[in-house]
Amino acid sequence: MEPIRRIESRSVALPIANIDTDQIIPARFLTTTTREGLGRHAFHDWRWLPDGSPNPEFALNRPEHAGASILVAGHNFGCGSSREHAPWALVDAGIRCVISTAIADIFRNNALKNGLVAIVVSARVHASLLERAGERLAIDLTHERIEREDGSAIPFAIDPFARDCLLAGVDELGWLIARRPQIEAFEERRAWNA
Amino acid sequence: MEALTLFEKLWRRHEVIPAEGGRPAVLYVDLHLIHEVTSPQAFAMLDARGIPVARPERTLATIDHSTPTGAPDLDGERPWANPATRAQVETLLANCRRHGIAVHGWDSPHRGIVHVMAPELGHTLPGMTIVCGDSHTSTHGAFGALAFGIGSTEVAHVLATQCLLKRKPRTLAVHVEGRLAPGVTAKDLALHVIGVVGVDGGTGHVIEFRGSAIRALSMEGRMTLCNLSIEMGAPAGLVAPDATTIEWLRGRPAAPVGEDFETAARDWLSLASDPGCRYDREVHIDAGAVRPSVTWGTDPGKVVPIDGRIPVEAGATAAKALAYMGFAPGAAIAGQPVDVVFIGSCTNARLPDLRDAAAVLRGHRIHPRVRMLVVPGSEAVKRAAEAEGLDAVFRAAGAEWREPGCSMCIGMNGDIARPGELVVSTSNRNFEGRQGPGVRTVLASPATAAASALAGAIAAAPSPAEEAA
Ligand code: SF4
Repeated sequence: MEPIRRIESRSVALPIANIDTDQIIPARFLTTTTREGLGRHAFHDWRWLPDGSPNPEFALNRPEHAGASILVAGHNFGCGSSREHAPWALVDAGIRCVISTAIADIFRNNALKNGLVAIVVSARVHASLLERAGERLAIDLTHERIEREDGSAIPFAIDPFARDCLLAGVDELGWLIARRPQIEAFEERRAWNA
Repeated sequence: MEALTLFEKLWRRHEVIPAEGGRPAVLYVDLHLIHEVTSPQAFAMLDARGIPVARPERTLATIDHSTPTGAPDLDGERPWANPATRAQVETLLANCRRHGIAVHGWDSPHRGIVHVMAPELGHTLPGMTIVCGDSHTSTHGAFGALAFGIGSTEVAHVLATQCLLKRKPRTLAVHVEGRLAPGVTAKDLALHVIGVVGVDGGTGHVIEFRGSAIRALSMEGRMTLCNLSIEMGAPAGLVAPDATTIEWLRGRPAAPVGEDFETAARDWLSLASDPGCRYDREVHIDAGAVRPSVTWGTDPGKVVPIDGRIPVEAGATAAKALAYMGFAPGAAIAGQPVDVVFIGSCTNARLPDLRDAAAVLRGHRIHPRVRMLVVPGSEAVKRAAEAEGLDAVFRAAGAEWREPGCSMCIGMNGDIARPGELVVSTSNRNFEGRQGPGVRTVLASPATAAASALAGAIAAAPSPAEEAA
């Protein structure tokens, strides 16, 4: 994985509450055995019309949002299914950061493992980000702050371990594998008890 | 002595390395369930690093999500939705063979939806930690096991180490006191609770369902309720093991036997939350006030009693939901025309669910414009239902009796409705497009779904008193 320190982009707003993972990627696109190439299916049924052409109404299709990688989404983003295909699709579609007032647990976990920075902010900050949707933002992961176009900065906090992994560009699997001796000792202790 | 919650006891038993300095705890996983959709990428992650599966005997596989529910033809060919679904199943079978993982494939008499077959076989036991790349893993909490869904990267973590990095969740107690009225099922209770707690109310929490109404539920009812914990945002739900749990498990193939079972049962009973324990939050529900309920919107929290009206709600999200569903604010939910009825899914495809639906249908024909699918949760449920003649009741009523699997709950196998159609479904998610692009879903209990099939419109099942008359 590439280390992630800073994400700079215009923001794009999707101010709908409870956007579930079936909207982020519909189930019919889960018939794959790989992680690649899911970007076209991100928000598929909102983004594409039944004839396959882009829905001009959908925020991500608007020319002024082309290339935006910071999504400001409505409350409780990513609820529903545990499919990791949701962050895979978003990342493949160019989204690097999601900001909301609440992000569902399993989705947030999955996102952080795939370089998709998931940030929870207060309702007040959220409202202000939505109000100025389209502004230039910089996500500074090292200092955990969102830098705004007007020069102000909003602090945020994300899981410190996930943050360290993102900054270093390493995943958690290596760390866990290195704990094998402790895991095996635990297994033995339990067998003894049983 | 410290008063502990059921959750706290489960957590302490499985903590390999406690959280420290911003790092989550390392939690041991007793049982890992896998299926064809979320595991192939995890095996690929192991292969990419040349890592073996650490404890293959602690992983159990089944095929359910993308499997056809139509019967095979004379050559044994199954009606696959497309080559990709077949490739997924074959990839899973090959991965399991390669890594020595037990799998319930086509030839197994126990194959079924992962959250139906594992409890049925007695793999799901109180006191365990159970994970699966599937959010409805919360179902297994009905046994007093800490069970939650994970992503595919975490599936790889468990395959490689039998452990997960996990932050300790908070606890939410949902107390349900009193008695459910006759004809009110666990599904109605669950929908009611989601309506109260909200679709995000459980985020970051493990829910413990407790109180006299929970004690009175069957294991199947408890599974239905815990299954729907995730629809409140809670990755796990729990019910403390009691005599109902123990009697249900006795004699299951994978459960301990003889004196070992009795020893285990004593331990399971000790898991219940201690008197005086503390939860981070508590919610109180009056069981007597719960009525048969259905959803009206595009998330499972938009719930009304079946004799109620679609709310007149302000807000962009409610307006979007109503526009999608084509419902008028303030209209009665009963009487809305129905095209398809689906009885199935890990929420409501166990034997008592099928009995509830069959009791409503017996001796009647479904409405001519309704297509009705009945999909048992597992091969074992299918056999048991056929032994009681339930399949004949469904067929005589005009419904399709199909092979076990997830089917129209997620529609990956091609079991979907057409754009614009309204489905009354016993499953767990009414999200936009969940049952096919443009399809509208109303969640309901098996009895309500069956009654709606007869009426051709959303309808309440006759109350037990009416039926007796
Ligand atoms: S029945 Fe539905 S919710 Fe349950 S495991 Fe299958 S797809 Fe998931």
